[in-house]
Amino acid sequence: MANEVLKVEHLEKYYQKKHVLHDINFSISKGEVITLLGPSGSGKSTLIRCLNGLEDFRNGEITFENKKVVPSEKNWQQLRQKIGMVFQSYDLFPNLTVLDNIMLGPTKVQKRNVDEVKKEVDELLKKVDLLDYKDAYPRQLSGGQKQRIAIVRALALHPEFMLFDEVTASLDPEMVRGVLNIIQDLADQDDMTMIIVTHEMNFAQQIADRVLFLKDGSILEDTPGKKFFKDPTTDQAKEFLQSMDF
Amino acid sequence: MSWEIIKQSLPMFQQGFVLTLYLSLVGIIGSAIVGIICSLVQYFKVPILDKILQVYIEISKNTPLLVQLFFLYYAFPAMGIKLSAQLCGIIGLIFLGGSYMAAGFSGGFNGVSKKQVESGKAIGLSNWQLARYVVFPQGFALSIPALAANIIFLIKETSIFTVIAIPELTNTALDLIGLYYNSNEYLFVLVVAYAIILIPLSIILTLLERRVRYGTFGN
Amino acid sequence: MAHSGINVLFEGTNFTRLLLGMWTTFKIAAIAIVIGLIIGIILGILRTFHNKLLRFVLRIYLEFFRIVPTVVLLFLFYYILPRQLNLHMPGTQVAMLVFALWVAAEMSDIVRGALISVPIHQRESGLAIGLTRYQLYRYVLVPQAVSLELPATINLITRVIKTTSLLMLISVMDVVNIGQQIVEANNQKYPTGVFWIYGLIFLLYFLIDYPLSWWAGRLEKKRLEQANGE
Ligand SMILES: Nc1ncnc2c1ncn2[C@@H]1O[C@H](COP(=O)(O)OP(=O)(O)O)[C@@H](O)[C@H]1O
Ligand SMILES: [Mg+2]
Repeated sequence: MANEVLKVEHLEKYYQKKHVLHDINFSISKGEVITLLGPSGSGKSTLIRCLNGLEDFRNGEITFENKKVVPSEKNWQQLRQKIGMVFQSYDLFPNLTVLDNIMLGPTKVQKRNVDEVKKEVDELLKKVDLLDYKDAYPRQLSGGQKQRIAIVRALALHPEFMLFDEVTASLDPEMVRGVLNIIQDLADQDDMTMIIVTHEMNFAQQIADRVLFLKDGSILEDTPGKKFFKDPTTDQAKEFLQSMDF
Repeated sequence: MSWEIIKQSLPMFQQGFVLTLYLSLVGIIGSAIVGIICSLVQYFKVPILDKILQVYIEISKNTPLLVQLFFLYYAFPAMGIKLSAQLCGIIGLIFLGGSYMAAGFSGGFNGVSKKQVESGKAIGLSNWQLARYVVFPQGFALSIPALAANIIFLIKETSIFTVIAIPELTNTALDLIGLYYNSNEYLFVLVVAYAIILIPLSIILTLLERRVRYGTFGN
Repeated sequence: MAHSGINVLFEGTNFTRLLLGMWTTFKIAAIAIVIGLIIGIILGILRTFHNKLLRFVLRIYLEFFRIVPTVVLLFLFYYILPRQLNLHMPGTQVAMLVFALWVAAEMSDIVRGALISVPIHQRESGLAIGLTRYQLYRYVLVPQAVSLELPATINLITRVIKTTSLLMLISVMDVVNIGQQIVEANNQKYPTGVFWIYGLIFLLYFLIDYPLSWWAGRLEKKRLEQANGE
């Protein structure tokens, strides 16, 4: 497939003896938005951490933009500029200002022109309503503000592919909307490819082109979003949706 | 206790005081340099060199300063290497302090949370960039309590220099006791002298620790 | 050079004398550690109580032993006990007393630190199910604190063992003192003997301290891994 961004084949993951991912196979094409759903402990975080090399895996292959990824730290470091990731615990660097947090990747890793990046970052900060906090330190921000900055920090590298791991799970309820809106805006761009792990079911339904349903480390369903929420194939998925009051 | 005896002894104690401060300062700076080098080598896992320094660290931290000094001062001349007592003291203190400082720095670097390291990796930082912008600044702040404890420890260890007759504070007191037998007075001055160095210093170090901690982590 | 220096170790009873000296050293350290740890645990628990005067006194005690170098502590007790209190003790007992008091001071801080780091909700849920204060310490706080304080305690023990090298300063016949005597007696016959004698003492200390600090390091690593795994 020409516009295939990522393909995962026969991926297996063990933590010591514990087998946490079983024969994972899927692919995602350019501009597609996948939500990765499943009960807690099913392996969602582990899976998307494998996709940007934060976890090594035992068997299987990952192909990114039609090139097989040879899993070495050096290769992953290159790839991570194209694959952005945002975590549940908004881990900004406490020793750097908001601006420096964001500028670090573009200027030091990608060696782009400082003034140009600054201009661009201003635009991004304006979009997320945080331009005034440019020179603040992370400790002066609320959780929701930090998480928005963390997203901007990832976007500043111009990634082609974004991974979100429960980015609203540790936020106060009133902060959730603002963060989800940013992700929604990203999804509306035609060329942004994303995998989103979330427990916000309404949001998942609204944003997902496709749903991967993971249980006990296996993908039980790989279905278009509309179908999954109306009429899931497996009993396990039905049960899961019920348990989420959906 | 006689104030007259104390007063008469003060000029001698003053010299010992200055020497203790001087030897401590040189020893602490030297130890910090050795410690930084060791912890960097271990952080970047430089092959071979990290194993060699590990051996040094184990020897240094698992043997007493007194025996290290005896070795330098009495055993080395038998091998044809003659060093002055003060030089032996400084080398011994740095040999000992280097491993303590290395443990302090390494503890800080290893204390930087895994999540911070991962978010650095996630924006594509190389190992060196990760160290330079994330691990070292945060790790240094985390290591300050251990470094402060080491500084105090090394100053106290200079008292052991008395065994190779370096006329620092403790040696001064023991000499005076040997000469005049007024142990109460001289021991009193000795304890006060250490208190004058160590109490303000530990207060300053605590304040510094708070400041750096706040500047880095905001708590 | 008629005699190789290493032979000094096997001349007469030299080797056994050195080992006996090490044994004296070891015994003093062991007794001081046992007594010091017991007193230190009690003081550490007392320091978590609310009585302000008690806490203040114990804090002063700790700070005194922290600030005064051990060499100076040894001399303070060595001179002041007989001259002021007319208490005549052999050097070995003075050493045990000083080390025990020092261990107790340091240990009280370790214990206190571990106890107050047990989360407050643990304390409260203990009280909520009706435990008495004794039971709270016995069943909730102390067991949780032990794993936290064990590495620091082992490290304290290695420090005490290293510090026993100072015993010669108050005329205890410890391994260093005996080593010095052997060196002086054999200096003519074995000019390089000094290298081997102090080398052996160096090695003896290392052989005792290395396993201990290795163990402490391993425990600490395990604890950190567990803490990170949560
Ligand atoms: N570092 C680790 N070491 C051992 N087991 C782990 C580790 N991280 C996760 N696991 C286990 O792997 C499984 C999947 O975890 P995770 O991917 O975090 O699930 P999810 O994100 O879906 O909640 C769980 O059983 C979890 O206990
Ligand atoms: Mg997860």
